[in-house]
Amino acid sequence: MSVLQEISSNVKNMKTLEYSLLARWTKQIKEDLRQGVKKPFKEVIDVSWGDPHRGGVKPLTFVRQVLAACLYPQLMNGEKLPVDVRQRAQKLLDGCAGWSVGSYSATGGLPEIVQRVSEFISRRDGGVQSNPENIFLCCGSQWALTRILNVLVNAEAPYPTGVLTPAPCYSTTTLSIEGLGGVVVPYYLSEERGWELQVEELHRALESCKGACHPIALYVINPGNPAGQVQSRKSMQEVIRFASEKRLFLLADEVYQGCIYGEKEFVSYKRVLSEMGPPLSDTVELASFHSASKGFMGECGLRGGYVELVNLDPAVKKYIYTLFCADSSPPVLGQIALDLMTNPPQPGDPSYLLYYQETQHIRSTVVKNVKKACEVINSLQGFSCQAVEGGAFAFPRIHLPAKAIQKAKEAGMQPDTFYCLRLLEEAGVLASPGSDYGQEEGTFHIRFCILLPHDVLGELLQRLSDFHTQFMKDFS
Amino acid sequence: MNHGTSLLWKQRALSSLSATRRGLPKEKMSENGMSRGKVLTIDNMNPTVKKVEYAVRGPIVQRAVELERELSEGMKKPFAEVIKANIGDAHAMGQQPITFFRQVLALCSYPELLSDSIFPEDAKNRARRILNSCGGNSMGAYSASQGIESVRQDVALYIERRDGGVPCDPDNIYLTTGASDGIVTMLKLLVCGEGAARAGVMISIPQYPLYSAALAELGAVQINYYLNEEKCWSLDISELQRALNEARRYCNPRALCIINPGNPTGQVQSRQCIEDVIRFAARERLFLMADEVYQDNVYAEGCQFHSFKKVLFEMGPEYSETVELASFHSTSKCYMGECGFRGGYMEIINMDEEVKAQLTKLLSVRLCPPVPGQALMDLVVNPPQPGEPSYERFISERTATLSALAEKAKLTEQVLNTVDGIRCNPVQGAMYSFPRIAIPEKAIKEATENGQQPDMFYCMKMLEETGICLVPGSGFGQKDGTYHFRMTILPPRDKLKILLNKVQEFHQRFTQQYS
Repeated sequence: MSVLQEISSNVKNMKTLEYSLLARWTKQIKEDLRQGVKKPFKEVIDVSWGDPHRGGVKPLTFVRQVLAACLYPQLMNGEKLPVDVRQRAQKLLDGCAGWSVGSYSATGGLPEIVQRVSEFISRRDGGVQSNPENIFLCCGSQWALTRILNVLVNAEAPYPTGVLTPAPCYSTTTLSIEGLGGVVVPYYLSEERGWELQVEELHRALESCKGACHPIALYVINPGNPAGQVQSRKSMQEVIRFASEKRLFLLADEVYQGCIYGEKEFVSYKRVLSEMGPPLSDTVELASFHSASKGFMGECGLRGGYVELVNLDPAVKKYIYTLFCADSSPPVLGQIALDLMTNPPQPGDPSYLLYYQETQHIRSTVVKNVKKACEVINSLQGFSCQAVEGGAFAFPRIHLPAKAIQKAKEAGMQPDTFYCLRLLEEAGVLASPGSDYGQEEGTFHIRFCILLPHDVLGELLQRLSDFHTQFMKDFS
Repeated sequence: MNHGTSLLWKQRALSSLSATRRGLPKEKMSENGMSRGKVLTIDNMNPTVKKVEYAVRGPIVQRAVELERELSEGMKKPFAEVIKANIGDAHAMGQQPITFFRQVLALCSYPELLSDSIFPEDAKNRARRILNSCGGNSMGAYSASQGIESVRQDVALYIERRDGGVPCDPDNIYLTTGASDGIVTMLKLLVCGEGAARAGVMISIPQYPLYSAALAELGAVQINYYLNEEKCWSLDISELQRALNEARRYCNPRALCIINPGNPTGQVQSRQCIEDVIRFAARERLFLMADEVYQDNVYAEGCQFHSFKKVLFEMGPEYSETVELASFHSTSKCYMGECGFRGGYMEIINMDEEVKAQLTKLLSVRLCPPVPGQALMDLVVNPPQPGEPSYERFISERTATLSALAEKAKLTEQVLNTVDGIRCNPVQGAMYSFPRIAIPEKAIKEATENGQQPDMFYCMKMLEETGICLVPGSGFGQKDGTYHFRMTILPPRDKLKILLNKVQEFHQRFTQQYS
């Protein structure tokens, strides 16, 4: 018998995602395709991750030129690369020990980059002060979030620690909470109202903690994942007031702030908090997260993210700092990606024109995608989609016929997993089932990425509608 | 609340292990009865986080950074620069990256360069191969949690070559964010149990403080086994046994960690020792964690790196089919020194399939390791071959780096051993010296009065007087009543010589001052 039969109960308690089943099937299907097995499709369209590059979106030229120059400084000799690329690479390397991106950086990130990130935050928030000492660059925003959760979730307390999270919610976060021994306390977003966050629902969720756990934090995702809603200022103020009144630490996951498609504008929790003035602005404890993985850059693989801490107890911050110390330092290329994200080429810079063209192209593509996706889905029987105001995904609802639900039960699967599996087998599309994110009982959804080249989305929607129509017929 | 939950509460309440059990957070009341005070305080935060220390980036380094700032602002100091000999960061100390690696990575970042004639064909081919295995042909796409499949395959082939043909299954390879990620993940997996059944993990004293930090954070029991300083930091099985027997009284020992070549001590374990450790782990049913990040950093004559995996398999099926082992490697050390990439892998042997599934879940939470680090690892395990355009240059760069390190290891040992009151074991491998220092009674007394460890007191003084930043031995663990410091051998040879002389002078002054 294995020495490791007994493992951490926290790890055991982490939900096994439905997605893992789909991932295994995909691997098999891809292998079959490689072997020449005939299928109704030539390749699998994988839209299960919020990963623009995987979907076919091109990296930004300026970003990749700077990275290349930092990696191999010989490229800065001569005029091959635009002068602003060379200058930026020079500046970045000047901040690296030994003039190499291969050395460790200070805990929390290269100081010059942290400084520039803080200036970005301040500019974004209309001048609200941002202190570099409160900013930690990290190996992706999820890593930073897990570290902060680590401090919040007290596994030794008599009461388990609860964290209020939206339903639906990005599954990695709920897994992190479970993995630390915390309790996920869902508050349901209102689908009929465009996935709106309603304060009454926050109250209900909090009530449900009584006798079960001690709630310490409230986690919000804005713009949302998987549901692509953008929160209104009014709603954010309500959330802040609620957090203050109920003494909850606010965790604001804002990684999709660069992905906004509709009329609503993104405003950060930090800014709203600041504008609400004292006492709230001086007391509500907030951690906000951002990343280079989303937006136009889409540099998920570089692992660049950061957390900004607001109104934290200085004594607690010292411990947080030590915690980050034990992680050594975040990957330098990821840090550079953050620098480029927060300080892109400006009008007048040699690289500006191309940068503008590339980002505009991505923006207009995604706006088109969002429109088309919603149109197509809403035109199909048994399929409906709320407006995608921001984020990386569409999260339509599938109104599954009773027969399909029955079939799924017999197969020992969640109904939306069953749907996704069929979608994969018959149409070669890998999307993820709503069960992995949390949804109102009796409702079913799928999530798929819309940060794709327009023609890929077109292909995806074609396959999806053909499949869906057939599926509905088969199970009517 | 169901019965199960209430039972859980009772168990937690009765847990005798934690001295920092906390109830509901205290509400601080102000005069008018309104509750004030922070939501997250040092009283209600996760208590295990408060126990985390990491000396390599600890208070002495923070002071060093302060001094650097003061120097740059024109403040007068008894030294012209601060030298950070505290951290195993080769590039920071002037070591050059391997050209081939950087060329391929640049090509991967900006594939337009594939048409540029300044890059050799073999670098271009590698870049194409790596890009083909990335989603959307971009290093910016997420990879699978376990790491890019073709990279894992290459790692498996490397391990097979390194270990004289012992088979390696790519499914047992997990790419990680530096070796630290793998180590911490394994510890997270196996730490469980309450009270006297709480998981215990054996770690060498002295050790690399990532281990003690992780164990503290996880609330695991740290079981210390002492390396033998008199015998060149060798590992005695009798000491392992002693530590284990004692630990069994208050915890459930589950794993044994060993760092080979050692950090901070630099010893390279003999093959016999490795066999003995394997037998011990088998007999006592311990999960073996072999930290082998310094596997190319072996300098002393008569010393050789033997991988735990190889030795395990050469011991025959009685061991190779039963002992559970995880071995770790990284792109941060050896001749690459690419710390900033956070590249690493772990190989897991004989792990239960069900446990592997749990491991996969745990790894998914951090999404995937940085893709450039994965690409770099691919190059490390699959460097230029004889006949390829980049081969000559690669070999000469690698040789130059490793022989420079060997020379500096020897130099360090030599110079430090000329100092009265400093005794330095041979630096057989890795990147550090860990000499023992004699600290006069008077100094110990003053340190204690200041609430400082004597070797911290010593190192702080050295920093203030010479600008040299070292890490005190207390940050790594040491036998009671002994004092050490860890100093890297990384600065360029001439600078290292100056450093060593300054250390010598400081030690003599210090000893004089406190005599």
